[in-house]
Amino acid sequence: MAGLTTDWALAWVRGSAAVVGEHRAELSALDREIGDGDHGENLDRGFKAVLAKLDAAPPSTPGGVLKLVATTLISTVGGASGPLLGTAYLKAAGAVGDATELDSAAVVALLTAARDGVVLRGKAAPGDKTMIDAWTPAVDAAAAAAEAGEEPAAVLAAAADAAEQGAVATEPLVAHKGRASYLGERAIGHRDPGAQSSALQLRAAAEAAA
Amino acid sequence: MAAVGIVFVSHSARIAEGLVELAAQMAPSVALEAAGGTDEGGIGTSYEKVASAIGRADHGGGVVVIGDLGSAIMTAETAAEMLDPAPEGGVVVLDVPLVEGGVAAAVTAEGGGDLDAVVAAARSAAGGGASAEPEPESSGPATRTVVLADPEGLHARPAAELVKLAGRFRSSVRVNGTDARSLLGILALGLRTGDSARIEAAGPDARNALDAVAGLLGSTSG
Repeated sequence: MAGLTTDWALAWVRGSAAVVGEHRAELSALDREIGDGDHGENLDRGFKAVLAKLDAAPPSTPGGVLKLVATTLISTVGGASGPLLGTAYLKAAGAVGDATELDSAAVVALLTAARDGVVLRGKAAPGDKTMIDAWTPAVDAAAAAAEAGEEPAAVLAAAADAAEQGAVATEPLVAHKGRASYLGERAIGHRDPGAQSSALQLRAAAEAAA
Repeated sequence: MAAVGIVFVSHSARIAEGLVELAAQMAPSVALEAAGGTDEGGIGTSYEKVASAIGRADHGGGVVVIGDLGSAIMTAETAAEMLDPAPEGGVVVLDVPLVEGGVAAAVTAEGGGDLDAVVAAARSAAGGGASAEPEPESSGPATRTVVLADPEGLHARPAAELVKLAGRFRSSVRVNGTDARSLLGILALGLRTGDSARIEAAGPDARNALDAVAGLLGSTSG
């Protein structure tokens, strides 16, 4: 079985940084519809800071990479996505520990811990029109793929597919958390920016493993 | 007992600083710290600002953190979990009305309340403060009616003094039917100079409480 190494984790983070940079304006445009319009800029600033730290002192384990992402996002992203994604990466780092190679079960554990971290921090439930709506289907799909004996790369691909569908599925929802919840039914028809950026990061994880 | 410190977290630096200014008027000896805005001075919350404010507010008696919108609360919770070393007295992050909860927390801390008492005061502010308890039996409590002497009326500072004073007695004290330990309830009475205030005290030290409160309200309290 082709386990995922530190190189994968580094490629994932670089991929996330690249894709967040590319979609920065689009993410902020989504956020402008139902939030405060800074999601793309905030995340882009966060991931640029992550890249600078990775270049300065690259960690030697996947868990080390995830922890660096966590602490950097928490301290550099000014909006809610800082503590939310920061906690996700922090719990993911804890789930993989000092392992140097991650099998499919470890990938599922990583994603589950990340999702649980977002739930812990934001206290949102599925269907609240938040990033949980991307993470939860991703975790379910990853678990099913691992159960079916798929390799880590295929597990991540399944997670990314499900996260993208989950993000699209936030469009008809009324928001129950965050700034968008003040809008009531006016949030209907707009995709949740946090779910969208989470799907982008999970796609980057899958592409780094492919 | 070490004092409780309070941190105000807001998306706006000016809101956080304004709250410190407001609360300091009633709680001049409490460690009140502002953590507003991003590191660049924009609108948002900064992990570093929150973490360092908690550190500055920590004098061993615990720290209460009060935030405005969701991400301020989340940033504060993250900081409270990740601080190393964690404040010895503990950190409690509260999602309560920033102004009412913050002022109630500050006054309680000024009166020497411990972390639990400060948290309870802040949480009680969420409901508006005024107690809805029925008036005690007329035969039970000691009562006296005084004319409010303070030339400025029962504004924030004398109201805070009243709350502090009432908190020193074991008896329950009510002014015009409102629990005298509820700062917001007392402020909501809107008593002005020359208004009459009916004081009721019930409990083991009711007479002393009545004398003390009547003395405060009936005299010029500065």
